[in-house]
Amino acid sequence: MTTIAETAARRRHAGRTHLSAKHREWIAGYLFVLPDALGLLVFLGVPMALSLVLSVFEVNGFGAYSFVGTKNYLRMWNDPLFWKGAKVTALYAVMLVPLLYTCGLGLALLVQRTDRFNAVMRSMFFAPHMVSLVVVALVWQFMVVDKIGVISRLTAALGIGGFSFLGDPNFALITIVLVSVWFLMGFYMLIFLGGLQDIPRQYYEAAMIDGAGAIARFWFITLPLLKPTSFFVIMVSMVAAVAGAQAFDIIYVMTKGGPANATSVLIVYIYQQAFGFGAFGYAAAMASILVVALMIVTAVFFALTRGGRFNHEQ
Amino acid sequence: MSSNRPQPYFSRSQVTLVRGLWMVVTAILAFMTLFPLLWMVSIAFKPAAESFSSNLIPQSPTLDNFIYVLTAVPFIRYMANSFLVSASVTIVALFFHTMAGYALARLRFPGREVLFLSIFSTFLVSLPVIIVPLFVIVKAMGMLNSYAGLIIPAIFNAFGIFLLRQYYLSLPKEIEEAARIDGAGYWRIYWSVILPLSRPIMSALAILFFLANWNSFLWPLTITSDPNLWVVQLGIANFKSQYSASWNYMMAASTIVAIPTLILFVIFQRQIMDSLKTSGLK
Repeated sequence: MTTIAETAARRRHAGRTHLSAKHREWIAGYLFVLPDALGLLVFLGVPMALSLVLSVFEVNGFGAYSFVGTKNYLRMWNDPLFWKGAKVTALYAVMLVPLLYTCGLGLALLVQRTDRFNAVMRSMFFAPHMVSLVVVALVWQFMVVDKIGVISRLTAALGIGGFSFLGDPNFALITIVLVSVWFLMGFYMLIFLGGLQDIPRQYYEAAMIDGAGAIARFWFITLPLLKPTSFFVIMVSMVAAVAGAQAFDIIYVMTKGGPANATSVLIVYIYQQAFGFGAFGYAAAMASILVVALMIVTAVFFALTRGGRFNHEQ
Repeated sequence: MSSNRPQPYFSRSQVTLVRGLWMVVTAILAFMTLFPLLWMVSIAFKPAAESFSSNLIPQSPTLDNFIYVLTAVPFIRYMANSFLVSASVTIVALFFHTMAGYALARLRFPGREVLFLSIFSTFLVSLPVIIVPLFVIVKAMGMLNSYAGLIIPAIFNAFGIFLLRQYYLSLPKEIEEAARIDGAGYWRIYWSVILPLSRPIMSALAILFFLANWNSFLWPLTITSDPNLWVVQLGIANFKSQYSASWNYMMAASTIVAIPTLILFVIFQRQIMDSLKTSGLK
């Protein structure tokens, strides 16, 4: 620790060169960050703000913008398809988030031990995440083709068939959820493996000496110490459910939002309004509402978990 | 290691039995997970008449599907476009992100924390949410239907900056000091000290960036209507609308698109999985 007097003396001694070295570091810092900061501003920051601006405009067929005030928001309020989209999005999230949590954690526990066998298994569980979502959607669509797809025939053979995975409005969204889980679970398995790795071995050893069984160890050691990881997983998977590319790509390729709008999540509906009907203002209004909803959910979640801070290292 | 743990309840043979069962269950689940991909490859090698047979190993394997797909559709061109876009994004992104990560971790300047937090706060902003205004901006910049439009907006993401900053924070303080005593400027330190030290994390990130861009669909779909600029994901999605009944062709096309990423994954699986594993909240 330097005392104030020492620092002051050093300053006097260093004089101008000290200051200019400091300023040189400042300038270097700004210049190094500049390209990324500028890019993020132009391609992320400005779009977010522009979304709000666009939402009070209307674009005509010739690309001319006219100010329309709250018209787009009123239209949204009265648009049954917007509400349908909101409902489908919520349903998708309600199914996806717990399933991803369970599958991710389950797989992580399954292959937790580090040995060669588990290393191979981990790669197998993670492999789907490496494939493009367009291919994922195509392959699954092929497997659930009515009556002749391999999964359709399997379910029929098991006596639970007879329905259409993508053609029946009651099953289409569930099918989309299952495909999403298949694609994403390997990623969450890795996140959980990272979390499990940080739990000190001695806790389990001590618990075992005390005679705690596997379930007790999971309940009283693993789960509480996984809190930071769980927080991350739930937050990221929630955002992925509401606004993730995986939902858009899978739905766009497999169902385009159908049948009967059963899989028309908001991001797909927004895209169709903007690029199908040219309703940029309306689409921007819906996207703004989506951003606000996401921010509220994240803020509530943040508040509930006290800022996501946990005494992880202790 | 953990097999030496105290096992107060079970005999050795019981432990072996449980372990064996555990491995069998794991292997079955892993096979089920991989099945759709195996199925894709299997159909790709089957003649049309066999498309809906239930055997995983084709009875009369053929390359006809691949040959048809590669000759009837300009898939080579789509792959070249994808490669060009993914490689360009990866190289520029690594360059910019290492610079930003280095400054945010190791240089001191006013506003650094605010800057980092604002960058970090864009972490959860996903493309579908900003697609409409982003399209408007890129169109205003005159980059519709251009390689620049495919490449430039894809460069910037907080994830890479965040991971690199974390990595640079973990490096010991002394590494720059020798260079600084030699009178090296910040650029020299970045170029000849920091970058060489970043090789492991940069190779992991390079693979992740390349894969993410190779696989991206929504952005190319939105800004390219010119088939000459189509990336491979657009090519295959369009292929689907033309050949929707010819599943053998579609699976061959899917295999062609998926194989490069799967090969990359097999080679670099450890780096890919390790770098993703550390992306959790730490």
